[in-house]
Amino acid sequence: MRFVLPVVVFAAGLFAWELVVRIKDIPPYVLPAPSVIVVTLIKDWAVLSQSLATTLLTTLEGFVAASIGGIALALLFNQSKWVEYSLFPYAVVLQVTPVIAIAPLLLIYLEQQTAVVVCAFIVAFFPVLSNTTLGLNSVDRNLAGLFQLYGASKPQTLRFLKLPAALPHILGGLRIAGGLSLIGAVVAEIAAGTAGAGSGLAYRIAESGYRLNIPRMFAALLLLSLAGIVIYGVLALVSHLVLRRWHESALGKES
Amino acid sequence: MSAAQISSTVEASLTALAVSLRGVTKTYDNGVMALGPLDLAVCKGEFISLLGPSGCGKSTALRIIAGLSAPSSGTVRVARHEGEVQPGHGIGFVFQEPTLMPWTSVRENVRLPLKLGGVAKAQGRARADEALASVGLTDFADAYPRELSGGMKMRVSLARALVTDPDILLMDEPFAALDEITRFRLNNDLLALWRALGKTVIFVTHSVFESVYLSQRVVVMTARPGRIQADLRIETVEPRGEEFRTSTAYSDYCRRVSAALAPSYSGQSTL
Repeated sequence: MRFVLPVVVFAAGLFAWELVVRIKDIPPYVLPAPSVIVVTLIKDWAVLSQSLATTLLTTLEGFVAASIGGIALALLFNQSKWVEYSLFPYAVVLQVTPVIAIAPLLLIYLEQQTAVVVCAFIVAFFPVLSNTTLGLNSVDRNLAGLFQLYGASKPQTLRFLKLPAALPHILGGLRIAGGLSLIGAVVAEIAAGTAGAGSGLAYRIAESGYRLNIPRMFAALLLLSLAGIVIYGVLALVSHLVLRRWHESALGKES
Repeated sequence: MSAAQISSTVEASLTALAVSLRGVTKTYDNGVMALGPLDLAVCKGEFISLLGPSGCGKSTALRIIAGLSAPSSGTVRVARHEGEVQPGHGIGFVFQEPTLMPWTSVRENVRLPLKLGGVAKAQGRARADEALASVGLTDFADAYPRELSGGMKMRVSLARALVTDPDILLMDEPFAALDEITRFRLNNDLLALWRALGKTVIFVTHSVFESVYLSQRVVVMTARPGRIQADLRIETVEPRGEEFRTSTAYSDYCRRVSAALAPSYSGQSTL
């Protein structure tokens, strides 16, 4: 039922949309019918698929950079309070400044492809950083005492205690970062697109808007949504597979 | 009676000490004095209980003996066996909670102290399995902690404390959270292990009945800051079993220990 109901709602919505467009005879440059969008998606697949690949690559690069950067920075913070106190405020500043406002600046100083990846990184790294920090700090006090009792070295404590204990939090951070790096990539592409270059999906949307090619706008938007859903799904699946044997979040209600 | 007392003192002076505390105090950063001054001598192979009201610092004393917490003043001596490489391997610690790593199997949990000490994997696994066998959990080596009952988790925790073959076993209210039937069974298993392995056991509890049943010596502590109120020997026919639990000698000892404990509770409005 949980899966059937949303599908039913979706189908009903599409049907109503199609019906309204046909009955009122709305031209496609005002509101394209769902059928027209699907036809456009197939017809323009060559262009759109290439844009999709570009955006996905940017997202992936931003996501990987954010994951590595966020986890590495959290580990550094965990090793030294001084580093944490010195750098954490700047991580917050980076997080609260809207990326759409930073993007034009980055596009001036960096090569376009690099700037786009950096934008995706800036948006996505903070949840990884803060979640990993939270995870590393919420190690069971008695377990930490046990490691101390048996003379565990710092690397041993990190590898066998802190990282596994933080894993659920890290995976939660990565799940948020996946969606955010797509948003970061799209925002940067739009900023770059108005500067005249680019080939990602967001750029296609902006370009189609200027040309009043509304069906293609919708088709590109559809692809973006699907990409976001797939990214979330994959990360949720990974998280489930990693945690399923031991963490509460991955256990069924009965067990 | 007096003859027995003399012989036990002689015994105590002859046998080497496993743990000795002299004038140990602990004051927390916020200025609260939690412990002491405390003087305590524990002989090798002795089973001793620290009994006292909650918050009297008995867990703190245990953490100080384990080296997990530094005393504010006083000296702590813990006998170490010769050729000991890794610090702490002479001590096994059982916490109030099972304190298992939920992300790995029971066997890996038990192997942890050996892994941290650099013992080879195959050898470590074999010794972990041995320790699990000694607490009767051979069949659960590959299970994850969440799949076990509370009592079984506590057994795993005990196996982990035993896996390094320590001389001293420190137990911090290990069975407090268990139901009575499970607790009785674990009490008997612990006594059997103690008889078989001959370790020094320091057992912290707030249960009069448990302390009398298990230990050769019950050290009653006062309310905070914890000092020694009374030091009572429990002498009975060994090995102890269910007969002892229902004997009049047992209830006599319980009465005496309770009487020694009573001043710690008087005048305390919040327990």
